[in-house]
Amino acid sequence: MANEFLEPITEQTFYLNMGPQHPSTHGVLRLFLKLDGEYIVEADPIIGYGHRGHEKMAESHLYEQFLPNSSRMDYLAGLIFNHGYVAAVEKMAGIAVPPRAEYIRVICAELNRISSHLLWFGTYIMDLGGFTPFLYCFDDRENILDILDRVSGSRLTYSYCRFGGVARDLDDEFIESTRKFIDRLRSRWNDYHNLVTKNVIFIHRAKDVGVINRELALRFGCTGPILRAAGVAYDIRRAEPYSIYSEFDFEIPTGTTGDALDRYMVRLQEMEQSLRIVEQALDKLPEGPFRAAVPHKVRPPKGDYYFAVESARGALGYYIVSDGTSYPYRLKARVPSYGNLQVLTDVLPGTLVADTISILGSIDIVVPEVDR
Amino acid sequence: MSLEDLKEELSKVVEPANIRSRQHEKDGFFLEVEAKAKEVEALAKAALEADCFLESITAADFTEGVQIIYQFNSFSSVSRTLVRVQLARDESVPTISSIYDAALWYEREVFDLYGIRFDNHPDLRRILLPEDADFHPLLKDYGKVHAFRSTEEIYGE
Repeated sequence: MANEFLEPITEQTFYLNMGPQHPSTHGVLRLFLKLDGEYIVEADPIIGYGHRGHEKMAESHLYEQFLPNSSRMDYLAGLIFNHGYVAAVEKMAGIAVPPRAEYIRVICAELNRISSHLLWFGTYIMDLGGFTPFLYCFDDRENILDILDRVSGSRLTYSYCRFGGVARDLDDEFIESTRKFIDRLRSRWNDYHNLVTKNVIFIHRAKDVGVINRELALRFGCTGPILRAAGVAYDIRRAEPYSIYSEFDFEIPTGTTGDALDRYMVRLQEMEQSLRIVEQALDKLPEGPFRAAVPHKVRPPKGDYYFAVESARGALGYYIVSDGTSYPYRLKARVPSYGNLQVLTDVLPGTLVADTISILGSIDIVVPEVDR
Repeated sequence: MSLEDLKEELSKVVEPANIRSRQHEKDGFFLEVEAKAKEVEALAKAALEADCFLESITAADFTEGVQIIYQFNSFSSVSRTLVRVQLARDESVPTISSIYDAALWYEREVFDLYGIRFDNHPDLRRILLPEDADFHPLLKDYGKVHAFRSTEEIYGE
């Protein structure tokens, strides 16, 4: 119970609720902080405000009916969650996917990753007091939303993948506007670096702040850019390649110390790597069907399965137990933000309240993903 | 550390007969360990010794009781290992939160959704549901589910 937490208060320490409606928490997250002056003594992230019970819903729905749920967990990287789910079920049921569909999925998932990172970039800098980059990022991000809207029909909660392929084929205009976008974003890097990366106020707010090293990441199960900022080149796209990621040439950016600045740099470089993947995929995009004929109801064989993909925030996985019927017996989504958020209980104590904003921002959590 | 090393570490704490290789290509796992509740702590220590991180703790409800599923993996070489602990109704399991901090929240989640108690957990309170909830929603006797089966029906030959 939360009130057990309220032990006798000494003269120096007091409690502060940050959230659940604080602008820097990016969703309904409550940070219960025990403070000694401006310093944090204890931090307890309180989650669950957005718990919708996706895992329970799965147990009474057909595999197909769960499709829209998958993209509603992490609404900023919905397509990656969607891709992971269909790929998991395809692997269970042994459904072959036409090559064109795989390319389309990768192009869209990588565009989604860029849009997620762009939103993180804008809001993180805004949390630190810089409003201008936010407007630039949203301008760029709007391009991606338009591109994906054209092909999937939605701006955020994409339910674009289908078992055995995707819902619609790409057209020439999609390819053309994506290529235009790649050039546009590349021309922006200089602006971003001039506006933010070289800004001395930003550097002071991010350097040596909220250090998460390999050991801490291992204890808390942190993955994604946080882990890579600590110097571990662990990326599911490389470690256990899924879809067609093994065919592309891309690097895994890593940091050295694992502070907020490293996490910032890693994400910025990751956007460029995603652009490279999209570019290669557009060049190699094969002709052919975009969707295979699959049975009306998918019935994976009995047993349990795990399928991991790299979401914008780290290692995402679906653990599915099948009882041989067309309904999942148990579906668990291992979401990256869960461990990434929990590490705050270790990182925040000893830091200043003002740094909390910087640390929380640099970790890049999406609360509905934590709550599911 | 390679998969063989991990297998060796694990076989020090459980019967080697209970460790089974799986096909990663097919179902995503390399190893599967069938363990008893009292072996969990030693298994977690062995996994940490092999430089693994705790990927997740979850559970599934079967007619004979809740099954706890631990998942370990490594940053350096993929070696996803599944540890199954089948509990009887009302049986509890020791916490591994003193070994892996990640378990603090994962165990709270399993407690919240399944009502399983983790012995010696320092802070076992609800995490996703409101603190005054009086149900554990992922149990199969709660709400709408399609089926309630035994482990034999799903994992049996």
